[in-house]
Amino acid sequence: MKILNLARHAILAPAGIQDSDIEKIMNRLLSSSVDAADIYFQSSHSESWVMEGGIIKEGSHSIEQGAGVRAVSGEKTGFAYSDRIELPVLLEAANNVKAIVRQGQEAKVGLVYAANAVQYYPVANPLKSLPEQQKIDLLRKVDSETRKLDPRIEEVIVSLSAVHDTILVANQDGSLAADIRPLVRMNVTVIVEENGRREQASMGGGGRSDYNYFIDQDQALNYGREAVRQALVNLEAEDAPAGNMTVVLGAGWPGILLHEAIGHGLEGDFNRKGTSAFSGRVGERVASDLCTVVDDGTLPGRRGSLSIDDEGTPTENTVLIEKGILKGYMQDKLNARLMGVKSTGNGRRESYSSLPMPRMTNTYMLPGTHNPEEIIRSVKKGLYAKNFAGGQVDITSGKFVFSASEAYLIENGQITRAVKGATLIGNGPDVLTKVSMVGTDLQLDSGVGTCGKEGQSVPVGVGQPTLKIDGITVGGTSV
Amino acid sequence: MQNQEEIKRLKSIIQQLLDEAKEQGASAAEAGLSQENGLSVSARLGEVETIEHHCGQGLGITVYFDQRKGSSSTTDLSPESIKETVTAACSIARYTSADTYAGLPEKELLATEFPDLDLNHPWSISADEAIDLAIECEDVARNFHKDISNSEGATVNTHQGIHVMGNSLGFLHGYISTRHSLSCSVLAQRGDSMQRDYWYSVARNAQNLEAAADIGRKAAERALRRLEGRSLSTRQCPVLYSAEIASGLLSSFISAISGGNLYRKASFLLDALDTQVFPDFVHIYEQPHLKGALGSSAYDSEGVATKTRDLVSGGILRSYVLGTYSARKLGLRSTGNAGGVRNLTIDPGELDFQGMLKKLGTGLLVTELMGQGVNVLTGDYSRGAAGFWVENGVIQYPVEEITIAGNLKDMLRNIVAIGNDIDYRGNTRTGSILVERMSIAGE
Repeated sequence: MKILNLARHAILAPAGIQDSDIEKIMNRLLSSSVDAADIYFQSSHSESWVMEGGIIKEGSHSIEQGAGVRAVSGEKTGFAYSDRIELPVLLEAANNVKAIVRQGQEAKVGLVYAANAVQYYPVANPLKSLPEQQKIDLLRKVDSETRKLDPRIEEVIVSLSAVHDTILVANQDGSLAADIRPLVRMNVTVIVEENGRREQASMGGGGRSDYNYFIDQDQALNYGREAVRQALVNLEAEDAPAGNMTVVLGAGWPGILLHEAIGHGLEGDFNRKGTSAFSGRVGERVASDLCTVVDDGTLPGRRGSLSIDDEGTPTENTVLIEKGILKGYMQDKLNARLMGVKSTGNGRRESYSSLPMPRMTNTYMLPGTHNPEEIIRSVKKGLYAKNFAGGQVDITSGKFVFSASEAYLIENGQITRAVKGATLIGNGPDVLTKVSMVGTDLQLDSGVGTCGKEGQSVPVGVGQPTLKIDGITVGGTSV
Repeated sequence: MQNQEEIKRLKSIIQQLLDEAKEQGASAAEAGLSQENGLSVSARLGEVETIEHHCGQGLGITVYFDQRKGSSSTTDLSPESIKETVTAACSIARYTSADTYAGLPEKELLATEFPDLDLNHPWSISADEAIDLAIECEDVARNFHKDISNSEGATVNTHQGIHVMGNSLGFLHGYISTRHSLSCSVLAQRGDSMQRDYWYSVARNAQNLEAAADIGRKAAERALRRLEGRSLSTRQCPVLYSAEIASGLLSSFISAISGGNLYRKASFLLDALDTQVFPDFVHIYEQPHLKGALGSSAYDSEGVATKTRDLVSGGILRSYVLGTYSARKLGLRSTGNAGGVRNLTIDPGELDFQGMLKKLGTGLLVTELMGQGVNVLTGDYSRGAAGFWVENGVIQYPVEEITIAGNLKDMLRNIVAIGNDIDYRGNTRTGSILVERMSIAGE
């Protein structure tokens, strides 16, 4: 109840909205014969600070608040939102939304309060976890320590940001659930120059925590060290190879492979509609038997974790692929109902102003039995891709890309030369069938992922052990 | 007029914000406010799928205490919130550093003329009419061919926004604009091959939208023609960017001549001003005052007057793309590009699409690009692609699961021709672009 009361205090009290008002709005929604309805209240406070050129250059603060109301009948959805959390505005929104169904009825719902079974992160406001001066001191320290690392460093850009997001969601059964979600993020970008050649690299991280996350264990300074290391590697990089070859992917963030190659294709909406390359394939082999992949929203403090999703459903550790066999999809309420299964707690929305849909949380592959060095040694000629930038997928054709930002040639079992970043392209439904070795070294990414779908961005996580793919196309220039 | 009354009301809120900032000790301030309303309706498999009513608002303020800066924004326009928003910005400015280059634009650069750019054309379409239109569009696509197997639906969007901005130099202006679109996305299937593609039309005035039937037909044709695509062997060959994706090539170029990347020395076109960047037939310019166009505006996001001007002529880079801050960092003046370029245009050549295919001869026609894969600092370029293999000017078969790679510096210099098959839908107006040679990676 504590979180529910905090959320009421943060969102409803300032707007003068009582629980009885929520009942009124819900009754209005339910006066058409809908299958489901919800009202989503949100208040989100965020800030960001940027240090560049050795000075604290920018700071900004932002408040976003509003409410969205939704009614669902069969496959039809009516939706309206407003930045004004006021009873007359929300009643009118409910009128607009329920017009999706024309048949009327009498409704009377009473709110029941849902307490979250488990909470995977603290509720305290991360914006207030350090006094302003200490945020500034942290940025300055990272900037000056990073600049000292190498004389070839030309520029260092450090950013620090936090969000404190409070949500309340009322469902048609009268349940009222709440969540309070902190999120912090730090990033260090460096530009290096040697003999007229310039390169840059970035490293960062964060999670559902507060600013002390960056101070503990020297985390912030490690981002600087890692960014410098990658930028200096890129100064030496030669043209990347082009063509189909064996690729060893590093542990951690290269797990973006899983997010693009299979994750999106296993979201419930695409599969209900039959538009995914994975549609109708539950029970079939889609990966080698070394591969077990899960989507897990329950990891404490991770960027992609949620105690409840944006429909009030507790998140789960959902097995997507077990020993190579497709087990199931990620679901929100609407698609789960239409497919006759249960929501897996993957119903997420960017904010009150957009509709929820099935989205990933933290998607990763479980560890295997091979030592990472052994995996490299097994490759006669290929590419070792250690770090990546973004990716993209066409869920219908199954084709996906992800772009390496740090890569090396492997020659006769040895990592030899650094090569420039290149885009890798493959086919989602068969790329994992070519996984021939999986490392023991499962790592999750450092907390940097943002996923875009139909214009909505949400924070996510990925992870994997070192793994070997026997053949994927590498888009370099060296033929 | 009701709209003019609303602009007046929002202007008075901006004035309150600026006054409050002064009250709290700021030496200068800049504020903006937007209100947006819209309706978005989608239909799938002949039935309505979603009806969304949009109603959003937001304001933002940046304050300067001499050369220290702070920013704040909110979606709550109540008087208490306005005061708190200003206070938040001012309190941030206590912690930021004095930055010699920070501040409002030079007063003489601010827009003083506000021509009617013909941007406001409300579409009085009801939800039911929008549903019918979406269904009509999708029906054409679904009935186009037996291999059209499924649909992601058709969507009608209509949207009106009021935008007001002002600063403590006395600039205070607002305008209303509309934007409407109709799109359709369908799937085609033959054997194991399943492909999806789409088409859309967007305009300030709904009368200028493409007919629903044409959009449906194009979506279907585009999905069908991709069926049974194959990869290519790794090779080098000429590449023709179709008009609808060629704008991406130009936006990479714009990014490389934008102030932020130049003062950070994070561009492959550092010190390229007055040098040959494109072949000599290339002319690239901005047309911010085009009536009714999607990118039109009399002023940029800082209130600086926008101008019709050349970026490239005779293939030579004539000007950078600068806002106030980046201009000062470079010792130059703002070019009225805070927030980007407007109606970027590249002069077409003589050839239509068929002529461009002939000019390509044997090589790759690219119709889709995937992933980010562009490094503006080094110019290194490597992206996922799909399209068609062309021999002697004739399309042979669809191609997928390949990458195209090169270095942007070479790619821009080695543009062979620009088609007159211009895509007018976006903020960039270009025909198809033929690049002499790129690396293709495939099976």
